[in-house]
Amino acid sequence: MAVLELSLLMHVKLFSKDLALINDNTVLRFLGKNGSDVNNEKDSAAENQENGRGADKERKRAKPRTRRGHARGRARHGGEEDGDDEDGTRRAGQRRQRNRRGRGRAGGNEGSDSEGDPTKARKNQANQKSKEDDEQEEDEKGGKSGKGKNEKKQDKKADKKGTKEKANKKKKDKKKSGSGSDSDSEEEPITEEELAKLKEEVEEKKKLIATLRNKPWKMKKKLSVLKEAQLFVEKFEGALGKGKGKKFYAYKVMMTKKWMKFQRDFENFKTACIPWEMKIKEIESHFGSSVASYFIFLRWMYGINMILFGLTFGLVMVPEALMGKPYGSLPRKTVPRAEEATAMNFATLWDFSGFAQYSVLFYGYYNNQRTIGWLKFRMPLSYFLVGVGTIGYSFMIVIRTMARNANEEGGGDDTSFNFSWKMFTSWDYLIGNPETADNKFASITTSFKEAIVEEQESRKEENIHLTRFLRVLANFLALCTLAGSGYLIFFVVRRSQKFALEGLENYGWWERNEVNMVMSLLGMFCPTLFDVISSLENYHPRIALRWQLGRIFALFLGNLYTFIIALMDEINLKLEEEKIVKYNMTIWEASLYNGTIPENSTAPPIQVDPADVPRGPCWETMVGQEFVRLTVSDTMTTYITILIGDFLRAVFVRFFNYCWCWDLEYGFPSYSEFDISGNVLGLIFNQGMIWMGSFYAPCLPAINVFRLHTSMYLQCWAVMCCNVPQERVFKASRSNNFYMAMLLFILFLSTLPAVYTIVSIPPSFDCGPFSGKTRMFEVISETLEHDFPSWFGKVFGYASNPGLILPFILLMVLSIYYLNATSKSYKEANLELKKKLQTSRRKQKKK
Amino acid sequence: MGGSSSLLPQEALGEYQELTFLNKQEILLAAPAPGLPRALPHGGAVVFASSSAYKRFSELLPREQRENACSVRVPKSQILTLPELRANPFQHRICHVFSTSEDGDDSMSFEDFLDMLSVFSDAATSDIKSRYAFRIFDFDDDGVLDGKDLEKLVNCLTGQGEEARLSSIEMEQLIRNVLEESDIDKDGTINLSEFQHVISRSPDFVSSFKIVL
Repeated sequence: MAVLELSLLMHVKLFSKDLALINDNTVLRFLGKNGSDVNNEKDSAAENQENGRGADKERKRAKPRTRRGHARGRARHGGEEDGDDEDGTRRAGQRRQRNRRGRGRAGGNEGSDSEGDPTKARKNQANQKSKEDDEQEEDEKGGKSGKGKNEKKQDKKADKKGTKEKANKKKKDKKKSGSGSDSDSEEEPITEEELAKLKEEVEEKKKLIATLRNKPWKMKKKLSVLKEAQLFVEKFEGALGKGKGKKFYAYKVMMTKKWMKFQRDFENFKTACIPWEMKIKEIESHFGSSVASYFIFLRWMYGINMILFGLTFGLVMVPEALMGKPYGSLPRKTVPRAEEATAMNFATLWDFSGFAQYSVLFYGYYNNQRTIGWLKFRMPLSYFLVGVGTIGYSFMIVIRTMARNANEEGGGDDTSFNFSWKMFTSWDYLIGNPETADNKFASITTSFKEAIVEEQESRKEENIHLTRFLRVLANFLALCTLAGSGYLIFFVVRRSQKFALEGLENYGWWERNEVNMVMSLLGMFCPTLFDVISSLENYHPRIALRWQLGRIFALFLGNLYTFIIALMDEINLKLEEEKIVKYNMTIWEASLYNGTIPENSTAPPIQVDPADVPRGPCWETMVGQEFVRLTVSDTMTTYITILIGDFLRAVFVRFFNYCWCWDLEYGFPSYSEFDISGNVLGLIFNQGMIWMGSFYAPCLPAINVFRLHTSMYLQCWAVMCCNVPQERVFKASRSNNFYMAMLLFILFLSTLPAVYTIVSIPPSFDCGPFSGKTRMFEVISETLEHDFPSWFGKVFGYASNPGLILPFILLMVLSIYYLNATSKSYKEANLELKKKLQTSRRKQKKK
Repeated sequence: MGGSSSLLPQEALGEYQELTFLNKQEILLAAPAPGLPRALPHGGAVVFASSSAYKRFSELLPREQRENACSVRVPKSQILTLPELRANPFQHRICHVFSTSEDGDDSMSFEDFLDMLSVFSDAATSDIKSRYAFRIFDFDDDGVLDGKDLEKLVNCLTGQGEEARLSSIEMEQLIRNVLEESDIDKDGTINLSEFQHVISRSPDFVSSFKIVL
């Protein structure tokens, strides 16, 4: 289901993107400028776009009458000065003039505008001035290649001729409409029509104020336009509500003002709340946007984990700690007698057993009481819903971010502008460090040269057999590495089970932490190995990077899944063990009562200490512990790698450079570069483990928040103090959605085992919130039965009927198909338009 | 952060917020009086203030002129000492495009400076960014990008070093390729709408065309 929804969402996005493509002003504008077939509609549409009021457009389409009236008004005044369609304010101003005329002088003596009240006259002057400014600016732009301008003028003239007649007609209409009999005074009651018009104008001014920042004007001009618009709005806003609705209108206006102010303040507050902004900016200016993008990603991850942490902490851990039965009241909440002696040792706690195991941090501690405390808090239900909510929220946020990124990218996979992009968008304006700038210059130069060479030699292929052979060899080696690492992990996990069966006390530190250490070490060294292997292949660096990422991804994934499979094995073992324990329990209980069955078997034996009660193995806690240990050891290895690989190396290079035979700084060891892709992948996989394990260890998000918080500081420090800017400066956003797609993939893969265990493995009989049930999700049906009216359960039963769900899925598939087809046709139409444009241009040239 | 202590008048600040893509912190309502930050011990507030346009701008001015930072112009040489502009190959063009100076010395007033930061800010739309990018790349200010503009552009991008320069054959090839791709109406130049068309398809223009102080 989730997958379906996901793909649906993505298609919707695709669809809207294509819509944007087809609405794209450029194509329309090209057509307009070519002047081959200008008609009013197209001109107005293009102009509309030019004003940067996409939202406005819908409205105007809906009311073509006003739109045309607009054009007419402009045409009438167009005789006085050459109109410039970029100026949005003037239109409104003119309309105002027109309005006034209609109201004031029935005859319409156009020349004497300025006789009205002085403020208006002043405003008109300001209007005129801004117009002039605009024209001046146009001229500054350099005549716009005279030819083009001439064409424009011609268009406009044609436009005017057409509209002038209509304008005349409109004038007559106005006379008829009755407002012509009014006198000059302002206090005259305004008719409904006038009011509506005025209202529209005010709205337009407001919109202008809101969109003013989108105009490519100088500040002075923007300021004057803004002041004028504000004056207008202030002046007429009050007049609008004359009559019955005045108070309400005034109130509404005031509230909108307040609301705007609040929004702005809130926006300011929000930006002030974004953490680590300065740190990231500093890194941005030193290393360019690519390294900074890792830290932004890290911060984003931190935000998500904060919310997950809030969910588990606020709805599961705190209620249980406050309202649940205290420690020592039940066997599941007590350290067993055998472990009591070592339960507080640091080594035990570090291993997350002992007291840590029997606490709110892990699944097994929770009791299966339906409600706890005076709040009647439904603990098992809450636990289940938080687990589901965590996954649901993560899916939602990842997909939303992906969709937003896709929107911003605007069809980034289009490779038809390869050279142009290289030329126009390759400089990273954030770079403020001369060294990085030098690297950037070099990388741009090489990319130019490479592109040219590629273009020239795209047909020529030399020594294809050797390259092919090497590439096959490289892939073979990579596969071997992957298989080897997978087998190693499987072997180690198996061995650790053997150790666990024989009792861990007899073994040393290595045996106890073997699995985690092996996984971390593999994660550390295999990418380097892949790097060496990829040098065999002789790919273009960008393709090589992609291969490298793919291989590391496969490695991590393989490792993770071998780990999970081994865990599954262990779960099955524990389930077997549980059966035996259950059997032994009955014998033990019987022996407790000396073989006699007590009369009231419901009363628990009080004389037995909960620590002495035999208990099952509780596989859920075991799984949670494994994930927590893995996360902690992963964190430790990352930090140690940073300290040794970056910091110590930098110290060595820096200080031994004075007394060494060769130049250490530019020679062999050199300083390390920041490995973006590796770090991002590490982060993604870490998050995958959190998603997988957080159902069985509610403390995992908390640990992860802590990890991300510290690594933010540590890595920021390490980057600034001991890394050098990359020689090949990649830009960030190209791979942005690539990483997000990986995250989504990992999220999906990590929910699979979690969901599998929840749905198909029976929970332990004596630990956790779902003990005593055959499946964990039964808590839902239980709640439906007890806490909701019976009709609700019935409705729910009908809704979950396959007869309803299957058609729904079918509908979704069909809509995906439909959206896909339409997006394709839009793309084709776009291509068609482009072709048309070129042919028309060619024809014009021939003439 | 009392707004009253700011040297920028309250209403001007509101207007600037309305007219630019910058928020209050960036324009700096909260600007302490000049001289105050230095008196304070190093703390969060000072770091905070240092990120604002107003502060950065008044820092570029000689001390005696800081009192009326809104009304004086900063010479181009001073503007170019900002690190982001110092490393930028288009520094002169940027100054030229955003300056409103009448004598053509490319000096900047505070409002010009705000304009520049607004265009280069995170929140600015792709449309306005591409318009200004076009003006920046249009070296001879004739409203279209022709072969000469593109050549200058490439020379800016490849840096100062002689060995880094592309040979004339490579240059020709490059420019031909670019025109082939972008010059949709095939008139030998790239106009604004063609430029915006190309830019709007680019995945990373908006994210890289920004300067953060």
